[in-house]
Amino acid sequence: MGKRIILGAVAILLVIAAAYAAFYVAPEERTMGLIQRIFYFHVGSAWAGLLAFFVCFIGNLMYVWKREPKYDWLGVGGAEVGLVFTTVVLITGPIWAHPVWGIWWTWDARLTSTFVLWLLYVSYLLLRTLVEEPGRRALLSALFGIFAFIDVPLVFGAIRWWRTQHPSPVIMGGPGSGLDPTMRKVLFFSGLAMCVLMAFLIAERYMLEKMRSEVDILRREAEAQ
Amino acid sequence: MKNLDSVFAAYLIGWGVFFLFYVSIAKRTADLRDEVERLKNSLQRAK
Repeated sequence: MGKRIILGAVAILLVIAAAYAAFYVAPEERTMGLIQRIFYFHVGSAWAGLLAFFVCFIGNLMYVWKREPKYDWLGVGGAEVGLVFTTVVLITGPIWAHPVWGIWWTWDARLTSTFVLWLLYVSYLLLRTLVEEPGRRALLSALFGIFAFIDVPLVFGAIRWWRTQHPSPVIMGGPGSGLDPTMRKVLFFSGLAMCVLMAFLIAERYMLEKMRSEVDILRREAEAQ
Repeated sequence: MKNLDSVFAAYLIGWGVFFLFYVSIAKRTADLRDEVERLKNSLQRAK
């Protein structure tokens, strides 16, 4: 409990500092102006979301291998938190896109693969509500989670492999890509802040799932009496 | 300050989503804690 409170406090301080840096430290982008400041929040959330899905993937793999409930708790924690971050990405993206592109949405490879990713993890969580027996629920959702993770490299690679409406990568984008050094620092700091927030939320969600497992055991004991 | 409303909306909605998610975790945790207490009490009474 104490460690989680400290992690939560650090996450809040970091995200406040990241918001300050996005508005007061990063220089204004020449063509887009103020609206480009959504970039730090949008990209930071996207990184944290993909990392949360990776945590879910590791939990799923470990559950299939070891069949220990703690990996199922990690899997569902990663999936739900990843879904929340991806929801933020899918909301902030169109708010940024509308004044810049003149449209809210387009079905290009990056946007479509991100939306499919969101749908896959909604399905992962829905699947868990359909199966009553805990062991079967954990195994089926772990297998589905491993399948769903296939979309993560597609989201990452979409702006590298295909021509898209979405801007080209500014990090690891190859020759011709890049970012102002101060913008780069602020972006990495925002990404770090969002990842710490993600870790805190996964820890909270893990504890919730652990408690749910305790309730299931107690309920079975009560029914057996 | 062109597009200030869009920037404000993006940050406000984004933080709102995180806040609501955290509140939902806290609410579900509190409900489960109550359920654990209730079940433990009923099991003790049954013994």
